[in-house]
Amino acid sequence: MGLIDTIRGKVVEVASRHADDVDRQARFPIETITALREAKALSAAVPRELGGLGCGMRELAGMCAALAGACGSSAMVLAMHHIQVACLARHGMSSPELREYLKDLVAHQYLLGSMTSEVGTQGDTRSSVCAVERTAGRFTLNKDATTASYCAYADAILVTCRREPQAAASDQVLVLVRREDCTLKQTTTWDTMGMRGTCSPGFRLESSGPEQHVLPGSFADSSAQTMVPYSHILWASLWWGIAADAVNKAGQFVRGEARKTPGTIPPGAARLAEASAQLQALRHNWLALAAEFDELAQGAEGLQTLHSMGWALKMNNLKVNASEGAPQVVHKALQIIGVLGFKNDSKFSVARQYRDTLSASLMISNDRIVGKSASMLLVFKDE
Amino acid sequence: MSSIPNARERGDSPGSHRIATLTRIRSVLQAHGKLGTDAMQLSENDDLYAAGMTSLASVNVMLALESEFGIEFPDQMLNRSMFISVAAIEAALRKAASA
Repeated sequence: MGLIDTIRGKVVEVASRHADDVDRQARFPIETITALREAKALSAAVPRELGGLGCGMRELAGMCAALAGACGSSAMVLAMHHIQVACLARHGMSSPELREYLKDLVAHQYLLGSMTSEVGTQGDTRSSVCAVERTAGRFTLNKDATTASYCAYADAILVTCRREPQAAASDQVLVLVRREDCTLKQTTTWDTMGMRGTCSPGFRLESSGPEQHVLPGSFADSSAQTMVPYSHILWASLWWGIAADAVNKAGQFVRGEARKTPGTIPPGAARLAEASAQLQALRHNWLALAAEFDELAQGAEGLQTLHSMGWALKMNNLKVNASEGAPQVVHKALQIIGVLGFKNDSKFSVARQYRDTLSASLMISNDRIVGKSASMLLVFKDE
Repeated sequence: MSSIPNARERGDSPGSHRIATLTRIRSVLQAHGKLGTDAMQLSENDDLYAAGMTSLASVNVMLALESEFGIEFPDQMLNRSMFISVAAIEAALRKAASA
C-alpha cells in the first residue's frame, strides 16, 4: 500500500476523529502528526538517495488535498512541513551536514516549522530585519516573529534572516534552527477565526548552532525555485480539499432531500451543480501547475523558468484564484444545506470549513500579491 | 528602432559610448533601484539584489530602462539574472535592441 493510500485511510480517519476538538480548543493536531510519522509521511519530500520517498509536487499536493478534507489545520501543518523539507532537499544538498540532517529527519520523522514573518517587515517575507552572525564555526540568530507556524511543536525551524549584519534587507538566507539550538518565547496568542490547530502565534527566537546549518546560496533562489511554488501549489491543493469536503456534505444533504421526494429535483441541486463546476476548475488549476512544476524541476533550464516573471505571475494567479474560490465554494455549500450547515453540532455543519478557508486570502495577503502582479504586468506582455 | 546608436554612427570611440551607456544605466538605478548604496559608485558586476534592490524595485528599473533606451524587453528576458548587475543590464539592453 502506498503512502497516499495510508493517508486517505488511516491518517484521514485519525484526523477526522479529532478535527472538531482541535478546532474548538485551538490545539495542535498531535494525533494526526503522530499518524503521519507512523506512515513515514514526514520524509515524503526527502530525496530517495537520503532514504526519503522523493515525492514530487503532484504527490505532495495529493496528500495535502486528501488530509484537508478531514482537518484543514492538519493539512496546513503537513503542507508547511513539506515546504520546509523541500527547501532543505533542493537547496541544502551541497552541504554534508544538511544531508546528514535530512537522513536523521527520515529516521526520526522530525517535524519542521517555519519562521518567515517578522516584526517590522509589514508581512513582506522577502525582507528581514534580523541578521545571522557567524563566528568561530557557530551562527547566532535572534528573531522577533509575528506568526511562526506551530514552532512550539516543531523539531526544527527554517528561519529567514539577512545574510550578515551589514546586508541589505532583501539579501536573505535560510537557517535551519534545531529545537535544541534555540529558546522560544511566545509573544502573542493564536485564538483565530480558523486554522486554529496550526498554533502559530508570535515568538521571540534566540538561537545558536553550527554554522553549516545556514543554507548555502541565497533565499532569493530558494524562495523563487522552492518556497513560493511549494507554498502556493500545496496551499491551493489543501484549500480545494476543504472546499471539496463542504461540497461533499452539500451533496449528501441534497441526495437525502431527493430520496424524500423522488421525481422532484430538490432546490439545492442546481447550486450543487454550480459548486461542482467551481470545484473542478479550482482542482485543475493546482493539478496543472503541480505537473508543470514537476517538469520544470527536472532540468537547469526549468530552474531558470522558475525565476521568470511569467512563472511568478502564474503562482500569484493560482494563489489568488484558489484562496478566493475556496471560501466561495464553501459559502455555496452552506446555502445548499441551509440551517443544518450553519449549526455547529449538526453532521452537515460547514462552519469549520468556512472559517478555515477564510484564512486563505490572508496568509500572504492577496492585496500584496495582486499589487506585485499589477506591477509585473506593467512590463510583462504575456507573448 | 533602437535608440542606442552604435559607436560608428556617433563617431565616438567605442569606449566612451560604452561609458555613457553605463552612466545612463546607473542613473536609472539611482532613481528607481531603491539601493542602499550610491548607484553611481557601483562597479559593473556588483550584485544589485545584494545592494538592496527588491523584486518590486526591479520592475520599476525595467520600466525606466525601457523608457530611457526606447526599447521593450521581451518576456523571456524578464527574470532575475538578466537584471542582476550593471553589466548584465547592459548586455540585456543590447540583446533587446537587436531583438
